[in-house]
Amino acid sequence: MKNAPGRSGLIMDEPLLWEKGKVGRNGMSVSASDVPSAALDEQLCGAGPDFPDLSEVEIVRHYTRLSQWNFGVDTGMYPLGSCTMKYNPKINEKHAGSEAIATVHPMLDDEYCQGTLKIIYDLQNYLAEITGLDAVSVQPAAGAHGELAGMLIFEAYHQARGKKRTKILMPDTAHGTNPASAALCGYKPVPVKSGERGILDVEQIRELMDDETAGIMVTNPNTLGLFEENIREVADIVHGKGGLVYGDGANMNAVMGIVDMKKCGVDVLHLNLHKTFSTPHGGGGPGAGPVCVVEELAPYLPSPLVEFDGTAYRLEAARPESVGRMHCFHGNFGVLVRALCYILTMGAENLKKASQYAVLNASYIKVKLKDHLHLAYDRPCMHEAVFSDKKQQEFKVSTLDIAKRLMDSGYHPPTIYFPLVVPGAIMIEPTETETLEDLDTFIAVVKEIVAEAQSDPDLLRNAPQRFKVKRLDETAAARKPCLCG
Amino acid sequence: MRYLPHTDADIKTMFDAIGVKDFADIFSNIPENCRYDREMNLPEPKTEWELNTYMAGIRAMMEVTPDHTVLIGAGRYQHHIPSTIPALMSRSEFLTAYTPYQPEMAQGTLQGLFEYQTLTARLLGVDVANASMYDGASGLAEALLMGIRIGRKKKRVAVSGAIHPHYRAVVDTYFKPTEFEVVELPLLEDGTTDLSSLRDEDDLAAVALQSPNFFGVVEDLEAASAAIHDIDALCVACFSEPLAFGLMKSPGSCGADIVCGEGQSFGMPPSFGGPGLGMFGCRDKFVRNMPGRLVGETTDLDGKRGFVLTLSTREQHIRREKATSNICSNQGICTLTAAMYMASLGGSGLRKLARLNYDKAEYLKQGLQETGAACSFSAPTFNEFVVEFGGDFEPARKRLMEQGIVAGLALEPYYPGFKNRYLFCVTETASREIMDTVISEVAK
Repeated sequence: MKNAPGRSGLIMDEPLLWEKGKVGRNGMSVSASDVPSAALDEQLCGAGPDFPDLSEVEIVRHYTRLSQWNFGVDTGMYPLGSCTMKYNPKINEKHAGSEAIATVHPMLDDEYCQGTLKIIYDLQNYLAEITGLDAVSVQPAAGAHGELAGMLIFEAYHQARGKKRTKILMPDTAHGTNPASAALCGYKPVPVKSGERGILDVEQIRELMDDETAGIMVTNPNTLGLFEENIREVADIVHGKGGLVYGDGANMNAVMGIVDMKKCGVDVLHLNLHKTFSTPHGGGGPGAGPVCVVEELAPYLPSPLVEFDGTAYRLEAARPESVGRMHCFHGNFGVLVRALCYILTMGAENLKKASQYAVLNASYIKVKLKDHLHLAYDRPCMHEAVFSDKKQQEFKVSTLDIAKRLMDSGYHPPTIYFPLVVPGAIMIEPTETETLEDLDTFIAVVKEIVAEAQSDPDLLRNAPQRFKVKRLDETAAARKPCLCG
Repeated sequence: MRYLPHTDADIKTMFDAIGVKDFADIFSNIPENCRYDREMNLPEPKTEWELNTYMAGIRAMMEVTPDHTVLIGAGRYQHHIPSTIPALMSRSEFLTAYTPYQPEMAQGTLQGLFEYQTLTARLLGVDVANASMYDGASGLAEALLMGIRIGRKKKRVAVSGAIHPHYRAVVDTYFKPTEFEVVELPLLEDGTTDLSSLRDEDDLAAVALQSPNFFGVVEDLEAASAAIHDIDALCVACFSEPLAFGLMKSPGSCGADIVCGEGQSFGMPPSFGGPGLGMFGCRDKFVRNMPGRLVGETTDLDGKRGFVLTLSTREQHIRREKATSNICSNQGICTLTAAMYMASLGGSGLRKLARLNYDKAEYLKQGLQETGAACSFSAPTFNEFVVEFGGDFEPARKRLMEQGIVAGLALEPYYPGFKNRYLFCVTETASREIMDTVISEVAK
């Protein structure tokens, strides 16, 4: 392929850790003892784990080689829909990892750790300002953990009104974690089908919402990349029946400084700091899922919260209506530091620009590719555009084949087969940090792949070819699980 | 703004292609009554250099600095971290990737996680370990919910009062909206858990103990798991200091069915409480009830070994509301970090380091007892121990703070009867000189 950045390089083989090493080697210093050996009841002792012994060089080569089999945002474009794979600034790593921050113990008296408490306090306030909501807890450790915090708040709110509700409305364009988060609080999800335009249908909500229903979980913008234009009416209906509105803010990157979640009628919202606020995804984590609420629900936020009396910061744990503690300490603090650094670097103006450019980039891809891939909903999109393999089916080429061919071309594939409402979905979220030139190359490559689907479909079916392994047998992995070496 | 590459000309080109004239056009479908109608009130954007100055200001606000020796553990431990670990874990191919949904281009993450699962299973003495939970506390809550799933009709779980108070608080949070009940088991004089009330129980799905427990006390897990199995409940063993298993018997080998705890000790700094990782494992027969991601071995089209995420039918994106948990993102890079640390220490190093930690803690424990302070619990301990002072310890604690030593954690806020009792932690990072300073201040 002429345009694609993907080329082949030298791939080094590397065995599993325990297939190398020799007993007696070591990969890190262990201090010599400066105290006498103490008596130890041998009854308590075990044999110690069967770990391989490796030298420092063996460790370094092992993980360097492994890393070279990976692809990250720093490698190239990673348009994984709904995951907001934007650039992760290096300076934020430096501050989160600085000794002064990283060595702070979480059980220190408040007076000893005013700096780290200020970081939490400031972040609580800035996130409230960005969402338009009133109060924030940064304790949840990931998006789904924030959802759980939100559902616990729903539960506590309804309990305080003397009535346990049993159901929750769940649009088919909500994030995949939402039903499981609601189920943890005993709510039975009531599926809501999106209307013809890919967004919520007000009449359907009016029919489904009753006083047994705790509220609704809305992902907005939704997983089709569309703004829920009826959100205010939907919220009014839900509120009218005594329910609450949960906003899944995983897609907040589309609307910073553009949409006010409180004005939308959202009562509780979680954010994914590893999406919108640029903290690295780490191959699956750690993330952070702060939960933001309207003033009326602030007493229910997880405990403790950081408060400031004008002179000193302190942890406030005496909050009797709180849903309680969600994390052993203050959540993924290192992630919070990075997000704060990002907000301070960007300021209001650039955060808004980030959202504008994220939507601009997605809209550009949508327009440029809609004649080549089937576009599920041809409407103004937000931060992502959802296509499908509908046009390629006649050549017996699937979304999976397109994704694997993209890999050989030097791109991480988009999110595929999600959302479920679009069969064979290809969900592209470029984010704002991609240049126009890179978008143009990506678009040219996708067009080329679409042409190949017709002219040489085996090229797609046999992809990828340029990696350490070819297509992996996921069925066999699940049928006879080998989870431990 | 250096993260935003768009020039005015780029924007114009893109507007033209899309067929809009400005951003107002692009966002025209957002209803008026939903719009953010003011400027966000945030500080002015900072350059990289201004941000450095700002963070220097934050550092200056810290009374406790990296030069202090913190003799507090209680769920977060200060251990030496070799410089190989930050260098390797910050390789951006690991750090800036996401969940390995496309296995062929994420074999680094996947093999790394498979190795983590294996080393962790060996450490904890279980058949299978998952690819991490958020932390030790939420891991325990999920373990108990897993116990409820396996116990089917049983409606209650029991937790030892010697489990970290914050872990128990998180368990309460997770259980509050459910129909299930959490009961607490009292302590014995020697600092271990009193299991005598179990005999009369018949509807407990699971019983959780921590070992070493919050007081550093090593529980008799073999006897405990036997007693728990006698009432047909699952034994859940949790921990906050996995280094202990370099020396002590693994929880799985003592009969625990589910083992979970905090892995921060393995290569991560305390970082004000996060991120670390929840280590989580169980017996083979419970694996389909286990929460969290799992990596499995498989082969590619050419029969070559490779790794993929597997058994995802347990997970939220497939099973929706019937999933074993709602967890999606986990602790990712921290999991890899823990594996790097375990591999760096190796079997020999882990044992040596665990022994060193044991000896050091015993040195301070002994020294404080010689000053007349009482060791509150007689059972053996690892890394941490509780000391009861004859009088008010705070003046001595203040004097030590002035010398750069944070001496112990007051237990009274967590256990109201524990007046003048302090929880101390000693790892390999505390020198004999520091410990001697503590001992001599206390003796004054």
